[in-house]
Amino acid sequence: MIDRLTIAQVLESYPFARDFLDQNRLNVSGSEHLTFAEFLKRIDADEIEDQALRIETLQDDLNRYIEQILDFLGVEESGAVRSLTILPGHDKDKTPETFERLDIYRSQIVSIVGPTGSGKSRLLADIEWAAQRDTPTGRAILINGENPDPKWRYSSNNKLVAQLSQNMNFVMDLSVGEFIEMHAESRMIGNRAEIKAKILAEANRLAGESFLASAPVTSLSGGQSRALMIADTAILSASPIVLIDEIENAGIDRRKALDLLVSQDKIVLMATHDPLLALLADRRIVIQNGGIRKVVETRAEEKALLLEFNQIDAVMQEARRKLRAGERLGEVDGKIGLRFPADDRRFA
Amino acid sequence: MNLTIFSGPPSSGKTSVILKTIDAFRKQGKKVGVVKFDCLYTDDDLLYEKAGVPVKKGLSGGLCPDHFFASNIEGVVKWGVREGVDLLVSESAGLCNRCSPYLADVKGVCVIDNLSGINTPKKIGPMLKSADIVVITKGDIVSQAEREVFAARVSAVNPRALVMHVNGLSGQGAYELSTLIYRGDSDIQSVQGMKLRFPMPAAMCSYCLGETRIGESYQLGNSKKMNWE
Repeated sequence: MIDRLTIAQVLESYPFARDFLDQNRLNVSGSEHLTFAEFLKRIDADEIEDQALRIETLQDDLNRYIEQILDFLGVEESGAVRSLTILPGHDKDKTPETFERLDIYRSQIVSIVGPTGSGKSRLLADIEWAAQRDTPTGRAILINGENPDPKWRYSSNNKLVAQLSQNMNFVMDLSVGEFIEMHAESRMIGNRAEIKAKILAEANRLAGESFLASAPVTSLSGGQSRALMIADTAILSASPIVLIDEIENAGIDRRKALDLLVSQDKIVLMATHDPLLALLADRRIVIQNGGIRKVVETRAEEKALLLEFNQIDAVMQEARRKLRAGERLGEVDGKIGLRFPADDRRFA
Repeated sequence: MNLTIFSGPPSSGKTSVILKTIDAFRKQGKKVGVVKFDCLYTDDDLLYEKAGVPVKKGLSGGLCPDHFFASNIEGVVKWGVREGVDLLVSESAGLCNRCSPYLADVKGVCVIDNLSGINTPKKIGPMLKSADIVVITKGDIVSQAEREVFAARVSAVNPRALVMHVNGLSGQGAYELSTLIYRGDSDIQSVQGMKLRFPMPAAMCSYCLGETRIGESYQLGNSKKMNWE
């Protein structure tokens, strides 16, 4: 059907097709009244060779591209992921995992603990690949309680897992505003100005030091970068599951960061050994020898401990702030709980 | 024997991805051999050797590496058959990002990395556009937004490819890649008569033939001028 439309009609019905033309370096200006096939026929042999065009597949490529994006936009509206289920497999020695099934719903946080090399990457890969007892662990993944649609594996626009880690950096030479816009554009989002303002506001709420839309992303501090990445992933990423890998506690309010992800209906998995984070989750997955050893519910007394840990942390943060501001530290700075009463709601 | 042709810009992580994928194949009891093509120098063959993988290397030296590849791939396949491997991997780095070494009936994998910049998909020719599988590496060190935009742009230039992320350090995604590469019903004993997916550039100018002098009168054959108007 697309074959019969003129390029102008194609661009009117499917504005995103502009990206396809642009990425393939096809200059259609002046040829909008032609069909795409006619346009391709008019490209001369020299240019085909010069541009290394695969002319014979381009029509089919365009059709596929449009189909994929329509599919992707359709999924956005209807096929939301409401739950993720992990069914047990086995560890490296083929010993069966003993948990029955693990259901994680939207807006829930589960932490993942275990030594380096214990199998966290493998668990994540199982989820990312929507394993069907066909990976080395023998685990199966269900989405909304059912066998997952193959698109989670094979379509590049539909990826189940978004990742955030301490090692991530921005590598593009763009301002914060341009950066968000570029991401919104690739997601075919319409109200870009609004989204941009929202992400910037949320990122600034998470970051210790505020920054503007005009700041180059590569000039942001560690905390600011993390804040922008989290706000952007929460609001703009298409992936329903977010994996957080060891986010440090400097320059960013991690509690607010998790709240933001949860408020955007994300399923949050968090690989961490930091008690401040691990205890924020209601459950934690314990990994050993490549298998899920057990799934532990966070107890009330652990949650109470979290309160104390947060006070210790607040003392450290305050000392850090003072050092940075050129102030002196006094005896009072080491007294836990002195300025942060246990009933302070911020740390509850 | 299965044959897979890996290609990708220099330093995109091809060797790491292949090594991790070989790990996954070994666990499935399959023997893999590698032939590494490069232009002037490579010591990747030592990495394969260290991992106990049968390996051969081919240095093209004064020739275009892709042309060198095309002239040698049949010998490569013969070697793989003699070694008795289940899967033979050919690994070559594209130098000018234009050519592609893929053969029409052989699985072609392009490895590119997130660090190479967001305009890279636009810059790479048939090496990316005619691959069956595109593996994106180094996703663990750039932001999620950059990963998503990069993958979307890869899909725009090659909507028929399966695009996936593989982490060359942790191996995340390598097992999955292994399941996409190997086919039980594929048995290649020779590539004689097979065709390249895309013709290589018509590179026959004076400088191809060793001319070193600069100037109009020394430029014969296929020469081309920039437009200054």
